[in-house]
Amino acid sequence: MADRADLPTIEDETREYWAAATDGRLLIARCNDCERVHHYPRVICPYCWSEDVVAVEASGRATLYTYSTVYVNDLPPFKDRLPYTAAVVDLEEGPRLMTTIVGADPVQLRIGMPLRAEPLEIAEGVTAFVFSPA
Amino acid sequence: MNRRVAIAGVALSDVGSVPSATPYGLIAQAASRAVKDAGLTPRDIDGLGSTSTGTLPPIEVGEYLGLTPRWVDSTAVGGAAWEVMAAHATDAIARGHADVVLLTYGSTSRSDLKKKLRTANLNWGSRGPLQWEAPFGHTLISKYAMAARRHMHEYGTTIEQLAEIAVSARYNAKDNPEASYRDPITIDDVLSGPMIADPFTKLHCCIRSDGGAAIVLVAEDRVPDLPKKPVWVLGTGECTMHMSTSQWPDMTTGPAAIAGRLAFERAGLTPQDVDVAELYDAFTYMLLVTLEDLGFCKKGEGGPFVEGGRLRLGGELPVNTDGGGLSAVHPGQRGLFLLVEAVRQLRGEAGPRQVPDARIAVASGTGGWFCSNGTVLLGRD
Repeated sequence: MADRADLPTIEDETREYWAAATDGRLLIARCNDCERVHHYPRVICPYCWSEDVVAVEASGRATLYTYSTVYVNDLPPFKDRLPYTAAVVDLEEGPRLMTTIVGADPVQLRIGMPLRAEPLEIAEGVTAFVFSPA
Repeated sequence: MNRRVAIAGVALSDVGSVPSATPYGLIAQAASRAVKDAGLTPRDIDGLGSTSTGTLPPIEVGEYLGLTPRWVDSTAVGGAAWEVMAAHATDAIARGHADVVLLTYGSTSRSDLKKKLRTANLNWGSRGPLQWEAPFGHTLISKYAMAARRHMHEYGTTIEQLAEIAVSARYNAKDNPEASYRDPITIDDVLSGPMIADPFTKLHCCIRSDGGAAIVLVAEDRVPDLPKKPVWVLGTGECTMHMSTSQWPDMTTGPAAIAGRLAFERAGLTPQDVDVAELYDAFTYMLLVTLEDLGFCKKGEGGPFVEGGRLRLGGELPVNTDGGGLSAVHPGQRGLFLLVEAVRQLRGEAGPRQVPDARIAVASGTGGWFCSNGTVLLGRD
């Protein structure tokens, strides 16, 4: 496990978000003062610096901002998964996420295409959201 | 006090493949050569800037060099650090807090990889904000590739236009004996290479070399005693943006759009005044965006701008006259090498790759994946 480069270090500040992912719920952060949402979650709102930030569930609907199929990565476990498609996606609610695309041949991908979030268990008790064509 | 500041000395260490060297050795070699080039001695140095070497930079480098600097900097913003520290050093000298500042860097990243002292892809960890990207394997090259794809989508930039940047760099490298790769390449050579991260094949990516560089900045009071013509710092700008690419609002615009504008404004110059440009080219796309962001062409027009040999020696805007990070030297952080080449051009010391009568140069360093930028405008009398 220790030499895996893909495992997040889950912290008390973010545990709620990772725990929800294991139930298939994609949470993003929302500021109760300025009402803007953000991701990744912070303890203050990055727009107005309010400390009144709560987690809310996102729809999982997104569009493809950009992507790249990775052919070279010598870090485990990625070196055994090549090639895979790295991507940055825009959630319907606004925040942008780093992720990977699954369930599609890279030649089918188009910037702007609709995507949906899929929970993927990457280790016992750890789930990350990847995306596939909607 | 508000003194003018000049770069008085520049040097490279041994560069290319230097398997017997250590980073400290290359740092010291470059420093020694740069101080000699400035006609100064180690005792003249009262300020030191260095980063990326040691646990508490620049302390270890200062100790290795036998210095007890009274002004220090180690701003760790990646490859842009050296333009940013040159900006800080200029301010400190102008203010009178230092008279002679040494910036020095060295790395053995090529030999470290050959000796298997490191992996090719770096593991940045997974704490804090990194926990949100660790699961997805976004390599450094893929981050650039994703940004390039977005530019291609929005503006119709072609992979051939991006490849031309690599071809132009190699063209310029042919006249640089210190360049690692000097044999000409074609656009087809770039496109047919092994795919690293789509759409980037190998030659869209910078080389990996060993090497060090150093510069010496001095107050105007010292200039009459210098053996060589001074190269004046005319204006500087700096900026940091995102670290996570999810926090980058527009992948077609980088931090040079802010830092570069500041540098030109403070120098009272425009891109049209520039005779030679040394712009960080970790990837072909980095150079294209930096040209746009600095204002050499409009946003989105970088593709057509780089065509037709414009960036080559003899072209309308010679860029990376030493061959750049794509062909000449790239040991991890290229920022200081940009300043060395700019000074050599303005002094008229560049030999067969000299840009005739170069009077104004810009050095623009970009760190990380468009995370930071430092831009410095330089000129001679």
